[in-house]
Amino acid sequence: MSRTRPEPVQVVKERRDRALDLLVGGVPYARFLGVTFDRRGDELTALLHYDEKLIGNPFLPAIHGGVIASFLEMTAIIGLSWQILWDEIETGTIAAENLTPETLPRLPKTIDFTVDYLRSGLPRDAYARARVNRSGRRYASVHVEAWQDNREKLFAQATGHFLMPRRDVATNG
Amino acid sequence: MSLEAGEKARIAKQFIEAIPFSKALGMSLDDIGDGYAVISMPWSEELVGDPSTGVIHGGAVSALMDTCGGAAVMSHPGAPAGTATIDLRIDYMRPATPGQRIVARAECYNITRSVGFVRASAFDEDEGRPVATASGAFTVERPKEAKA
Repeated sequence: MSRTRPEPVQVVKERRDRALDLLVGGVPYARFLGVTFDRRGDELTALLHYDEKLIGNPFLPAIHGGVIASFLEMTAIIGLSWQILWDEIETGTIAAENLTPETLPRLPKTIDFTVDYLRSGLPRDAYARARVNRSGRRYASVHVEAWQDNREKLFAQATGHFLMPRRDVATNG
Repeated sequence: MSLEAGEKARIAKQFIEAIPFSKALGMSLDDIGDGYAVISMPWSEELVGDPSTGVIHGGAVSALMDTCGGAAVMSHPGAPAGTATIDLRIDYMRPATPGQRIVARAECYNITRSVGFVRASAFDEDEGRPVATASGAFTVERPKEAKA
């Protein structure tokens, strides 16, 4: 009467990394901006890899406000999708081995997004994390924090509301 | 007067289209006047946020609205020397149709010594229904006053 042995670590890692790569790799705008995601367990950190084309004020110089808004919104959408995907993979609702771009859950749609610009974005890499404050059947509310050198000194934060993708699971009402 | 306005518009166009990220998105300044600006950008495969629909990422639309909002503040007769976004809220009404150009119109409807208040909206070829609307606050940088 022994418990089932836990899966080997590389099997677990491979499954999760594959799902994340599929989710992020499908978004052309992430590649255009130079955004990647770093995963530790279920926690994601978004990385904005600095490039000269991201500049909005050449005199300071500072990163374009639109880049910052894009980076934060992408962090929110991927973070929210990842949470949905994580639950479905870990509970076995979706078999990660059979996951393809076609069977991936649809992305949430942004309803509104508000960005607070706290300090100018310096010409170097930036990081962001999303926190899903509420995720219901239809709507979700997500908060994002972004920083550069110092985790405690945010250079931008944002809050957004999202329409959740419809799931194929039939429910009554 | 109209010559001077034309010259101002020409400088603004050069200035905005030279911003690296605006250039990367292919933005063009279509019109600018006292406290308003019109900036557009083409649809591009690189800007797609949802590969299953080909719809452009909301962030790219934000970037367009942010640039347009900044241009509206800069063009205000209150004559700020510079501006930066304090906050910007975007409401997404509907997905922009893939393949169509997006046009943003922004108006700086009020300005104080330190803050410019902006409203903006974005359309694709269907000019009857906005893709997104935005409202934001921008800083007003004043030229350094000479000290007596």
